[in-house]
Parts: sequence; C-alpha cells; structure tokens
Amino acid sequence: MTQNLNLTLKIWRQANSDARGRFETYQARDVSPEMSFLEMLDFVNEELTKEGKEPIAFEHDCREGICGCCGAVVNGRAHGGLAGTTLCQVHMRHFANGSTVVIEPWRARPFKVLKDLIVDRSPFEKLQQAGGFISVNTGSAPEANSIPVKREDAELAMDAAACIGCGACVAACPNASAMLFVSAKVSHLALLPQGKAEALARAHRMVARMDELGFGNCSNEAECEAACPKRVKIANIARLNREFLKAALFGPIARKGVPSA
Amino acid sequence: MTKLDAKIPAGPIEKKWDQHRFDLKLVNPSNRRKYEIIVVGTGLAGAGAAASLAELGYNVKCFGIHDSPRRAHSIAAQGGINAAKNYPNDGDSIYRLFYDTVKGGDYRAREANVYRLAQVSNAIIDHCVALGVPFAREYGGLLDNRSFGGAQLSRTFYARGQTGQQLLLGAYSSLCRQIGKGQVKMLPRREMLDLVVVGGRARGIVTRNLVNGKIESHSANAICLCTGGYGNVFFLSTNAQNCNASAAWRCYKQGALFANPCFTQIHPTCIPVHGDKQSKLTLMSESLRNDGRVWVPKKKSDRRPPAQISEQERDYYLERKYPSFGNLVPRDVASRAAKEQCDDGRGVGSTGLAVFLDFEDAIKRVGKGTIEEKYGNLFEMYERITGEDPYRSPMMIYPAIHYTMGGLWVDYDLMSTIPGLFVLGEANFSDHGANRLGASALMQGLADGFFIIPYCMAGYLASTKFDKVDIAHQAFKDTELRAQTQIKKLLAVDGKRTVLEFHRELGLLLWEKCGMARSEAGLKQALEKIPEIRAEYWQNVKVPGVNEDLNQSLERANRVADYFDLAELLCRDALERVESCGGHFRVESQTEEGEAKRDDEHFAHVAAWEYQGSDKVPLRHQEPLAFEHCKPTQRSYK
Repeated sequence: MTQNLNLTLKIWRQANSDARGRFETYQARDVSPEMSFLEMLDFVNEELTKEGKEPIAFEHDCREGICGCCGAVVNGRAHGGLAGTTLCQVHMRHFANGSTVVIEPWRARPFKVLKDLIVDRSPFEKLQQAGGFISVNTGSAPEANSIPVKREDAELAMDAAACIGCGACVAACPNASAMLFVSAKVSHLALLPQGKAEALARAHRMVARMDELGFGNCSNEAECEAACPKRVKIANIARLNREFLKAALFGPIARKGVPSA
Repeated sequence: MTKLDAKIPAGPIEKKWDQHRFDLKLVNPSNRRKYEIIVVGTGLAGAGAAASLAELGYNVKCFGIHDSPRRAHSIAAQGGINAAKNYPNDGDSIYRLFYDTVKGGDYRAREANVYRLAQVSNAIIDHCVALGVPFAREYGGLLDNRSFGGAQLSRTFYARGQTGQQLLLGAYSSLCRQIGKGQVKMLPRREMLDLVVVGGRARGIVTRNLVNGKIESHSANAICLCTGGYGNVFFLSTNAQNCNASAAWRCYKQGALFANPCFTQIHPTCIPVHGDKQSKLTLMSESLRNDGRVWVPKKKSDRRPPAQISEQERDYYLERKYPSFGNLVPRDVASRAAKEQCDDGRGVGSTGLAVFLDFEDAIKRVGKGTIEEKYGNLFEMYERITGEDPYRSPMMIYPAIHYTMGGLWVDYDLMSTIPGLFVLGEANFSDHGANRLGASALMQGLADGFFIIPYCMAGYLASTKFDKVDIAHQAFKDTELRAQTQIKKLLAVDGKRTVLEFHRELGLLLWEKCGMARSEAGLKQALEKIPEIRAEYWQNVKVPGVNEDLNQSLERANRVADYFDLAELLCRDALERVESCGGHFRVESQTEEGEAKRDDEHFAHVAAWEYQGSDKVPLRHQEPLAFEHCKPTQRSYK
C-alpha cells in the first residue's frame, strides 16, 4: 500500500460573479492515493462543512470523464495537465506528499465565474444553437444503410464528435478562442454525407456567432489541443478554415460580405 | 382508490400500435401553437421529446439541472443501442427483439409495450444516422453491429465505447435547433421541486433556480417527466452525482403511482470499490464481455498475481455454468454468479470482492490493435482509475447498482395515474420488467422521446378540455410554499452530521439488505432502521449556506431527504414480492442451482404503490400481466 498524502491547497474562492475573488489556503490531510481529485475535494468540503464554513463550489457529475461538467486549472494546467484526462479522472497518486496544489476556475472572458470554481459556459450553447446540428425532423430519415459512409470519414467524424464541451480549450487559449470547439462540431458534421448539405452555412453561422460572443481569434498556439481531455485535434481547425473559405467564396458571406474581424 | 387501467389497445400485438396511432386524436397544425408543454430532463427521452414536440409546433419549455442539456446522464452510456435491423443476417426480427426483451426482463414487463419498443427500434437508428451520429461502420461503409448480453445474435449499434454520448449529442443537436428557432425555451440550472395539480390534472411545476435559489412556477397543458432513475438511493452506483429521484418522488406524493421499486439492476462489470472515501462506481461496458473471459482461481483465497495462476487452476465459471451464452449471459445472472464466487472465498483483489475479466485470449486471437480499436477508451479509463494496464493483466470487476427498471407507473400512452403527467425513459417502469438487457435503455429513451410521445401527447391534448390555469392560481402558491418550507426546515436543523454521511449510511444499509440478495429478515431490519436514520437526519443534519445562493449542499440535502422515503418503499416492495425475478433475488426463492425462481402464480403482476400520507403505509395495487406470446418459463441460458 502506498502511503497517504498531506497536501496544501490554494483554492480560488469567489462568492458570485460580481464579488471579488481571492485564494484561500486549506490543508488536505491523509488523502488516499486511490482517491480521485474530486473525491479529495469532497473530503475537504466535508471538513469545511463540519467546521461551519462554506464548502468549495465546483461543478461535476458523471466522474467518468464524459459529461464535461468538471474542470479547473490545477497548478496552471487545465484539468491538471494529464494527457487526455478530465479532472475527475485525475487520481491522487499523481501528487507528491507535502506538495502545494493551486486550483482556480477557467479564466476566459466569455466564461464568467458564477461561484468559486464554477463558470458560466452558456456561450457554448449559443454556438451550438447557431448551427451545430443537421436540420432533420423526426420521422423523415431515410433507411440508415441507404447512404454508405466511408469508414475513414466516420472515424474522423467520431474523433471530432468526442468533444465533451468542457471549455478547457477556451481556458487554455491565450486569446480565449473557441476555435477548437467550433471546428470539432463543424468537422464532425461536414465529414458525414448527412451533414454536407448545410456545411457551408453551418461554418459561417457558427464562426459569426463565435465573434459576436467575444471569443478571441485563433493564432495557432495549439494550447487547446494540449489541454483537450478528449484529444480533439487542431487539424479540425484547418478543416473549419477550409469550410469557412468555401463559405466565403460560395456561401452566404460571398453574398453578404465578410463580417469585420 | 386509484384504479389501474393500462389501456392496452385491442387487436393482434403487431397491429396494436398502428391501430392506436390511428385511433388517437390529432391536433391540427395551426392549433398546436396554442398548447404549452413542459419537459423536465434533457437526456435521450427529454431531449428527444422536447425536440420532436417542438418540431410539430407545440410550445415547449424544457428544464435541466445542468448548465447544458448535453450533460444529462444518458451521456455516460457506453456500449450501444439495440435495433431489429437484422443487418448481419443472423436471424433477427422485430418479434425476436420483442421476445428476447420480455424473456430478459424475466416475464415481468408488459408485452404490448415491449412489442412497440421493438417496432420503433429501426426508425431510431435511421433517425440517429440522419442526425449525424457517427456509428461504427464496416469497411464497405455500412453500419456495424456487435453482441450484448441475453442475445445470441448481433443487433447492437455502437459508436466506440461512447454510444450514449453520441446519441445524446444527436438528440441535443435537434433540441438546440429548436431552441435556436425559439420553439423550445430552455431553462438550464433549474431543479424541479414539485408538481402542480389543478382539478385533478398536472398543470405545472415548481422549480428552484440553482444559481440564485429563486423558487419559480411554470404552468402548462401537460408535463413530460424525463428525469431518469433512482440508483443513487444506494449512494454508491454508476449513476452521475446529480442523478436523483426527487422529481419523480414528489409526483408520487402528489398521487402518481410508483411501480416495482424493487426492480433494480446490478451491473456485473464495474470497477471494484477501493475505499470508504469513494464517491461513485465506474462501469466497464458490457460489450467487453464479447471478448473478455470472466474467471476466478479454483483455489479459495488464492491471492497470487493472475499471470502465476495456470490455465488448469482457473475457473471460467460463466462458460462452465452457461455453455450456450457463456460470458454473455444477462446482467442479473452474471452479477449473481460473481457474488456467488466471492461469497465462496474465490474473489480476487485486495478486498476479495472482485473477479477477473481477461483479454489475453482475445488479444492472442485478433491482435492488440483490434482490441484497442474496439475498446481502447474503456481500457484507457480502466488504467486511469486503477493504475493498471488491462492489455497486460486482466481487469478486476465487481457488480454495482446501475439502472432502475422500476419507476412511475404509466399506461400504454406513457401517462401516469395523474392525467397530463407523462413519464418517459428510465423514470417510468414499463419496458424492462425485472431486468433490463444491455443496449435497451438507449433504445427505450429515444423511442419514448422521439417516436411515442408525439402521438400520445396529441391524443391527450385533443381529447381534453382545459380550464384556463396560469401561475396566479392558488395551487401554484401553495406548492411554492410547501417547497420553501422544506428548504427552510433543512437549513434550520444545523446539526452535526453532513448530508453525505447520512447518504452513505442509508446507501450501505440498502446495499446490504436490499442489494444483490434480499431476505425477509434483512428487509425487515432495513424497514426498522431507515425511519431511525431519517429521524436523525431531520434532527442532526448540517446544511451550510443559504437558499438564495448557488448551494450544492442544499441541493443534495433536498434529494437525500427523499431517498429515505424511497428506500423504505423499495424495501417494502421487495418484502412483498416473495419470489425471485431478474434483478430482484429473494434468497427464499431459488432453484437447486441457485438461479432466480419466479412464482408466476402469485406474482405475475406489476406492483404499483399509492402514497397515503407521510406516516401511513402506502397502498399496493396490482396490474396483472398477461403473456400471450412469450410463454413464461424458467429462464435458461445454459
């Protein structure tokens, strides 16, 4: 059995979006290396509750790395910096006894802090609503095997569709760009024959909305790819740019003009 | 006293749904905009219902507890979704999917509902492909299938080990489209606290805004409850942390009957418990049993590393006991078999509560690459949690609470005993009997949401004369007050123990007395103990903070308060059902080989419970089940 850990935590506390935040220091004692990072926080919260203090608010749900609820910047890295891993899947065996762990919320202009480590990611919803879908009503679909899809395309679409919408890409980007998120959705749908019909309009609408919502531009830092817990690739951004270029040449932008950057 | 009428349409089983769809009244397209429909929950059932009803032109208000509808727990389903396409040409048909599902449910589901589910299964796959769900494909570009427990053919469609995620994202995308059009008003971060009943009909809900604590009322012509199951009553389960039973439970307290609460599913392949600080259990998809072989050492208390245990010293007990289904027996059978081995002292791992799931032979047969392609993300997840590499040494697994077949009672139209309250997906009880087969939950959620509720809803709206009711009605004020009173009460206790401690205590008791094996004595003990823990809860729980804030402790406190009552009903139902069937195993009722032994003479019925008040014993109603097509036999997977 590996020995239990004692850690010093520096955690961002902020009462609400209008309040000023600050770091508070807590001790996490006797943490089992088998515990997950979030179970460690549960444990700290139990102690705080018993001491009559307010527990740390953090978002979480499935704790299996698929719902996309959790996420915090840990020691400067989104989700703690383990490759392809959400925060809920980081286990305490990766931390050294006696170390200090700094935990703060996603820092990005479009995501305001709601409380402590919880941020408002609703701008992602607005991006999805702008075009992240195929326009098909229930009941009108053709037989599933009537349109073959090249296996490679289906696999690439699946790679892009693996995005969990956690927001780490935006938090990691120095410009708070949502290009990885948007490009993943545009790629997923544009790669499939079912999504091709509205691919140009989709790319245009989602990119335009991204600008309106205050996300920054992509300057090819690739920090998003490094931070993505689902290993979504920046190759999707190149694919988005191609779709967008097509939209610019043949799509609605060509008719209405390119929106100013 | 409430009278149960399942309203199963007359006629031959294969014609019932078509005839019923013809008989149901329609709402003319230009009249649909005059109706308001509330959908609570945004999983496959909820997102599907909200989208399909909005596509028809109804005004939909959709509520979810998360920041985004995409986070509902359907997202976590791994393995796949069943359909009767028969693409592999291996003998499947609607009838066979129907038959397997009724048999898999150990003859405790309604035949007519299950037949309809099998009928619409193919349309679900068509629709999901059209929505852009990236299902796995063969090299020729056509859809691939794999096998799941309880079936001797391949009818499961999948998207790597993330099928639930991809299906939910598909349903979510159609919901987003309707939100963008303004046809659905999405209210995220809202928790339903109660149902509002006016003149005997469900006419609205009361919610709490989870960011600022505001208690809000919403009125409608009808309500679709799509709030999932109650597995978290056991504290440790594979459910997400926010899954809860409160919305359904409060409907029960308003008069909706709760059916078969003791039908809970224990999934055989989960990562074993590691310590007392654990918050949840993680499922390893059933699809792994396509290639993985389950075994334990033949010798008791053999703690040698698996590589040192030779082939002759291993017992592949599922292959030995069930030669025709082997490792792919249904979940209830596989779970009980694992428990039996561990109880017998053959369990492995540090606690002795685990069995091996071994891929060595499969890797030898098809190569590591193929296994990685099929299950890569699951193997990675296993390694991340346990720190061990399943390509090199076998996984260790143990059963855990995963799904609840019981739920609010509904008729053939998915309507509860409260007119206007429809219940969809895992929240209802109707399709899986006493045991759900793998890959059937996704099928049911989407069937209810996309393909069944649009018809039943029209039938209800068109045949009902509605009084004008809005949130100024006294019933909303009374319901709000009741919700506020409970919150104030919880905050005022200011005791010494945390909500989590109470939840853990209740969950462990329930797992011990009403988990994989249930006995009369154990259930009676639980029924004595639960009221004691509940009484202490209301005297000694500590809920920090205030209502008018984002307060996660308060959210949890509200949910746990309902778990005590639900746990009691679960044990009561288990006690009354003196037979074993599916996931409900009464030790008093087993065959000589230790398999579940049904008592069809006395228990071929749905038990539906009617609330009688907080200090009264609820009333048990029976809906008899008739089996005209699937003749109940002792289930055999040998």
